[in-house]
Amino acid sequence: MVPRQARCAKALRVTLLRVAGLHVDIHGRPILRGVHVEMPEGGVFGLVGESGSGKSMTALALMGLMPAGARATGTAEFDGQNLLTLDEQRLRSLRGNELGMIFQEPMTALNPLQTIGDQVAETLLIHGAVGRREARAVARETLNRVGLDASRFALERYPHELSGGQRQRVSIAMAIALRPRLLIADEPTTALDVTTQAGILELLRALVDSEGMGLLLITHDLAVVAEMAAHVAVMQEGRIVEAGPTEELFRTRSHAYTKTLFAASEYTRARTSREVRETVLRVQAATRDHRLPRNNLFSPPGRLRAVDQVSLEVRRGESVGLVGESVCGKSTLSRAILGLETLQGGAIEIGGSPVLAPRVPADLRRRMQVVFQDPFGSFNPRHRVCRLIAEPFHLTGRPEDAEVRIDQVLADVGLSSRDKHKYIHEFSGGQRQRIAIARALITRPDLIVLDEAVSALDVRVRAQVLDLLADLQETYGLSYLFISHDLSVVRAVTDRVLVMQAGRIVESGPTGEVFADPAHPYTKALIHAVPRIPDAWRA
Amino acid sequence: MKWPLSLCVGFLLFAFFAMAALLSFVWTPHDHAAMAIDARMQGPGPNHWLGTDHFGRDILSMVMVGARTSIAVAVIAVGIGILAGVPLGLLAAANRGGLVDEIVMRGNDLVFAFPSLVIAILITAVFGPSAVNAIIAIGIFNIPVFARVARGAALPLWTLDYVLAARVAGKGKLRISFEHVLTNIANILIVQGTIQFSLGVLAEAALSYVGLGAQPPTPSWGRMLADSQTMIALAPHMAIFPGLAIVFTVLGLNLVGDGLRDLLDPKLRRAR
Repeated sequence: MVPRQARCAKALRVTLLRVAGLHVDIHGRPILRGVHVEMPEGGVFGLVGESGSGKSMTALALMGLMPAGARATGTAEFDGQNLLTLDEQRLRSLRGNELGMIFQEPMTALNPLQTIGDQVAETLLIHGAVGRREARAVARETLNRVGLDASRFALERYPHELSGGQRQRVSIAMAIALRPRLLIADEPTTALDVTTQAGILELLRALVDSEGMGLLLITHDLAVVAEMAAHVAVMQEGRIVEAGPTEELFRTRSHAYTKTLFAASEYTRARTSREVRETVLRVQAATRDHRLPRNNLFSPPGRLRAVDQVSLEVRRGESVGLVGESVCGKSTLSRAILGLETLQGGAIEIGGSPVLAPRVPADLRRRMQVVFQDPFGSFNPRHRVCRLIAEPFHLTGRPEDAEVRIDQVLADVGLSSRDKHKYIHEFSGGQRQRIAIARALITRPDLIVLDEAVSALDVRVRAQVLDLLADLQETYGLSYLFISHDLSVVRAVTDRVLVMQAGRIVESGPTGEVFADPAHPYTKALIHAVPRIPDAWRA
Repeated sequence: MKWPLSLCVGFLLFAFFAMAALLSFVWTPHDHAAMAIDARMQGPGPNHWLGTDHFGRDILSMVMVGARTSIAVAVIAVGIGILAGVPLGLLAAANRGGLVDEIVMRGNDLVFAFPSLVIAILITAVFGPSAVNAIIAIGIFNIPVFARVARGAALPLWTLDYVLAARVAGKGKLRISFEHVLTNIANILIVQGTIQFSLGVLAEAALSYVGLGAQPPTPSWGRMLADSQTMIALAPHMAIFPGLAIVFTVLGLNLVGDGLRDLLDPKLRRAR
């Protein structure tokens, strides 16, 4: 394909997209209150903000894909026309052609019943750019461009045969097949592992450079923006509070909200060094297999070793991090520790007593509790908070002073005793995670397994919850097993860290040492892949 | 919460027949079993609002008392289905992939493999035609329906974190099933119950049409249809009124089911 004439204008830094006074309300409730964005042709423009700040709605308004009941006013000038006033017909011819979009969730962004080749070719056919045969040739060439080569990724493959990162590459191929001038990427790497994220970000950057395409990168991750974007705008509650060249904005941080956002994302907390105390949790050579479905009727079912000879120890008052990417076995290990999965080999001991799933004595269960990732799925929506928190009393029998203890743990996690009569849907994500911590605290456990406990939270809320966890640890001498894929958080809050890959612990040691001088190549790759804000930009 | 239109209409239709059934306990225009040969096959008129049948019995009174039979048979049959089917479904979901799950679900398949009405006819033919046997026959075929629906709705709940949290709190499968799972699938079961209710009314009418439901002199809509069959050209009202009663009751219950689904399903609620 011949590059368009417009590409020659790149050097002049023509404005590609000019959004002015964009207001959106849904059923009269304001979502965006005057968004101004000026995006130059080519290069990456970052749009950062917390959830609910309106960054996704901005993208949807530009694409004309707003939910029912939404009304947009203002102007969004693209290619000499106002996107907000175009009719559906005209917008359809722009979408996929001049405007491309990538979504967050690679698992649902593709049609599971169509081959990847057909899905990429569909964009070309809809816009009548080429004939059927040629469309497949262009689809092939586009998939090559996103790093899915013909030998391993034939056009006839289906989405379910690909990994999350590969599917995201297919989504990108669909979006760039017609070489749009503006590509909108809404949290394109949030659902991906850190090494996969690095690959996708690299691909996006290469596409921007080679094709002169403008990329509007929407993310909550300041470090991703720091690595990718030349210009950035910070959003809060439907407004752009600050915008400018990335480096300048990161160095000055003139707006108060930007300051708090940065402070929260650079969360650190000095860990008080403690004397060596008794072991709370000991895992010795734990091994756990999952059965795979049979390939045919007569062959024995295959086995997947999810946890392979894992040994670890957690002492009283200590935080131990367990990092690894998805399907490395960290969830299986945490369930085994909680006595929810039986082991095929090895042993788990809590305070010297063996955990033999599935029949774990109540007194042993009482000593280990858990906080899960999803603040929305962790609670039965039909029970009130007092009943939710008191659930672990099932282990101890409801004590005489149950009400007092419920009030006490609510106070411990920074909620008031009035909250106990509410239902869970009345709370925000951060508050729910506090309630989950309260539920874990009520049996006065020795060990709390934090299974991605802060991963779904916005940076500011995450910093508050991490502070709360650290305070509780000091007050009650709790031990934490902190399971996460987020290396920066693990680095900030743990004493020791274990790196897990394919069911094995490949490296372990004091957190500071492992991060400063990783020995295993996988640890090195993980740490290298984490996007970071250059140290020189920090205030 | 605003009621969807279908729910309002369906509820009014069904409530009309339910009220008629209740009213028949204390008052009917005439004795539903009293015959008056000289006044047979009269059309609707001031004395007999809906006319009389070939024995001169008052059709309005028979339809009112018949509503009693239809609704009672359907309610008890649905009750049997829920009381036996839901625990089976919860049990299967709690042991998903295990032997108990296999046994329950293959048992379901076995029952589903037979055409329900034919087996119901077989049961009533073997044990003798009566309302009680009709209830049992219809009830048995409701069990696998509720077992399947309960299992299907319960399965995704078992992967949710709050069920895991309950397991960490040491709660057993039985307790989790009733405390966490059942409360969260209740809405789906209510909707299914309404649909099965309407199917129960139809099944009762079908059984009594072939003479295997409630026995005379207890009136039933199905048998009223059967009785009128040969006289349909002479006295069409004998078939029309019990027929309308069946149609509107079933329609009403189906509308209620649809409306309840709209009202109770959070996914649909968001889309509206």
